[in-house]
Amino acid sequence: MAQRLLTFEIFRYNPASPEILPRLQEFHLEETQGMTLFIALNRLREEQDPSLMFDFVCRAAVCGSCAILINGRPGLACKTLTHDLPDKIVLMPLPVFKLVGDLSVDTGVWFRHLNERTEAWIHTDKIFDRQGPEDRMDNPLAHQIYEAERCIECGTCIAACATANMRADFLGAAGLNRIARFLIDPRDERSPRQVFEVVGTDEGVFGCVGLMACDDLCPMEIPLQAQLAHVRRKMALAALRKKK
Amino acid sequence: MKWTEAHLTDVLVIGAGLAGERVAIEAASHGHQVTILSLVPPRRSHSTAAQGGMQASLGNVAMGYGDNPDVHFADTVKGSDWGCDQEVARLFVEMAPIAVRQLSHWGVPWSRVVPGKRMLPDGTEVEELPEKAGLIAQRQFGGTARWRTCFAADGTGHVLQYAMDSVVVKLGVTVHDRTEALSLIHDGETCYGAVALSLRDGSLRPYLAKATVIATGGYGRIYGVSTNAVINEGTGMAIALDTGVVPLGNMEAVQFHPTGIVPAHILVTEGCRGDGGYLLDKDLHRFMPEYEPVKKEIASRDVVSRWMVHHIRRGFGVDSPYGPHLWLDIRHLGREHIWTNLREVATICKNFLGIDPVDSLIPVTPTQHYSMGGVRTNKDGAAYGLQGLFAAGEAACWDLHGFNRLGGNSLAETVVAGMVVGGKVADFARQQSMSFPFGLVTEAVRAQQERLDHLRRRAHGSEDVYQLRRRMEETLSDNVGIFRTGERLQEAVAILQDLHQRAGQIRLRSSGLGPNPELFAALRLPGMLKLALCISQGALQRTESRGSHYREDFPRRDDDNWLKRTLAYWPQGADLPKLEYEPVNITELPPGDRGYGGMPIAGD
Ligand code: SF4
Ligand code: FES
Repeated sequence: MAQRLLTFEIFRYNPASPEILPRLQEFHLEETQGMTLFIALNRLREEQDPSLMFDFVCRAAVCGSCAILINGRPGLACKTLTHDLPDKIVLMPLPVFKLVGDLSVDTGVWFRHLNERTEAWIHTDKIFDRQGPEDRMDNPLAHQIYEAERCIECGTCIAACATANMRADFLGAAGLNRIARFLIDPRDERSPRQVFEVVGTDEGVFGCVGLMACDDLCPMEIPLQAQLAHVRRKMALAALRKKK
Repeated sequence: MKWTEAHLTDVLVIGAGLAGERVAIEAASHGHQVTILSLVPPRRSHSTAAQGGMQASLGNVAMGYGDNPDVHFADTVKGSDWGCDQEVARLFVEMAPIAVRQLSHWGVPWSRVVPGKRMLPDGTEVEELPEKAGLIAQRQFGGTARWRTCFAADGTGHVLQYAMDSVVVKLGVTVHDRTEALSLIHDGETCYGAVALSLRDGSLRPYLAKATVIATGGYGRIYGVSTNAVINEGTGMAIALDTGVVPLGNMEAVQFHPTGIVPAHILVTEGCRGDGGYLLDKDLHRFMPEYEPVKKEIASRDVVSRWMVHHIRRGFGVDSPYGPHLWLDIRHLGREHIWTNLREVATICKNFLGIDPVDSLIPVTPTQHYSMGGVRTNKDGAAYGLQGLFAAGEAACWDLHGFNRLGGNSLAETVVAGMVVGGKVADFARQQSMSFPFGLVTEAVRAQQERLDHLRRRAHGSEDVYQLRRRMEETLSDNVGIFRTGERLQEAVAILQDLHQRAGQIRLRSSGLGPNPELFAALRLPGMLKLALCISQGALQRTESRGSHYREDFPRRDDDNWLKRTLAYWPQGADLPKLEYEPVNITELPPGDRGYGGMPIAGD
């Protein structure tokens, strides 16, 4: 295989130097075997421009730090092989989230806010008994909760979502999936109606316009549209009961 | 410095992984105001990458019946090669089951016991009893007499961290992410908090607290080739060492995990072997039974890693452009098992190797993974040398693991230590009043500001931070790995000393303004080099082999001279750590044979 010379166009902006306006900067790099964007970006930083800002933590596609727009499509940079991309690669930060600099955005604060808003923790009156055995749970149910819990808060679905791009308050697929996760967990004693108070508005569930980009792009392959449908069904039922 | 910028809190926790968050929860539930500093949002911490599980002697599965804290204790002590503190180990094994159940209460979807008969890969038939249905299940990990590792499918660390952080959010604990502690504020006797750098804009701010807790995890990245996340640069250990009065314990005890994939060095879990996977050589021969007839692939990690390298040295490695490796074979576990309980492994193989382990072999080699050493504390997590400073988790050496940690004991440790140390921190903070020597705080901030300004001025020096860093990584990987000799260690110390001196001559190529990664790297490097020197010097002086520390020139464990813990101090302005030693606390189990890992290893 002949080695390719890759051309990168990377979004640059450092808030500490506002006099230099946001721009696309061009870099060139020889592709190596098995090169990921993690490897490529680190080489660019170490060899060409040490001020280049981007985020990686696990570099194993499990922590959700590194989502960026890769030729216009949001995805995890660490698991993206340059092999799967054309000679020219345009990298931009995720939209929706606050920019830290270059490719780095603030997903952490956004998701903390989401978790506060949806009260994404187990609500229970039970007091933990240090001496007692654990409460039992059927393994398939544990597995179902686990499936919903696999979200890594990478923000891909949020960045891909037309509604989230227009309305700051939309919970997005990740938020709705989080709600589904607590709805199916019997340890959480909230009724669907209590949950509805948080999400049963346009910003919450019904803001989704069904473009489904989230479903295709989620790196954890969480069935987001199915989760969304589940939440909607529960919410609709709760709303009916409320009217009676 | 403006005092309005100072952040006051009862308890300051540095690091938001499992240990840090568990400490924070404990302190906050005792009514303290808690602030957590973290390099990254808590849910991105390296704790989330732990795939395998958490040891606790619940004994709910057939292969775990009869398990109890005593058995867990004996496994842990043997695993540590008698290097651990037995009082700590006892406390830990008693509390681990409580920790697991509490996590269930907080929402962790632990995998559960499914009653019925099933066949293990080696042909044994086991029956899970109906009366155990729905209790928390265990799987097998290395170096354990019973199946003891509780797990949530393939992503235990992830779900633990998410449950833990959900409690942090619920309690409203303040988290400042993208913030790095650069130094501890102290007067040689008491710690008053830390000077921290905002990784959002490069500004400094003092955080003042009655109690400060270091929970920053390990330093794997100083080896370059490591399973660790890129944030694991040992920053917390380094700032403790920098005080000159707080020692690091047993830094020469470095764990190499048998199965890092080649060439990305990402870990695939011990669960692969625990669930029945084999290690194969270039002839597709399963070699471990020859070296370890009883434990085979599931002896402790130090032992398996050593045999693997030994086997490669004998010429049985598989050649590759990235050096020789061996194969991990899990094909016989079957598609369903792999894509359920080992799905993370399957996904990693797909993403980073382009293979499906259902029908392909996984290229693996032992890879730096964990630090048994860390900030030396007593059994309450209180650091030696400074009042008001505590440490927990991988960053600490309280010392549960001695010279080798068992798989599944680190997740368990983070949570148990978080509970224990968090309680002690709460007690301590209750007895303290808020008082901060003005001059001390100003001076601490000024010293860090001076470092920043100096680097940003770019007036002196000519060294490139990335080149120095690379040299450090190579030196550790080449000279301070699984097989060590006096000569190679001596060479490492000399190279690292030179690098440490040159790190004072770094000149930035970029402006250093704002969230500038080159500046951040330059600020971290000197501390990383000090850790590297503590490891190398400790290893050089320890003329015996124990657990993960294997000296080819001293291949036997030497309890007469070396049943002791290394304490590494860094006196102000020194160019080498000062080493002291203290006895190991042995309360129950006197030193004996581990039952695996016979030494010395016969000549190649
Ligand atoms: S649901 Fe999927 S795409 Fe959205 S944040 Fe979670 S992991 Fe990322
Ligand atoms: S760096 Fe963790 S998901 Fe990419």
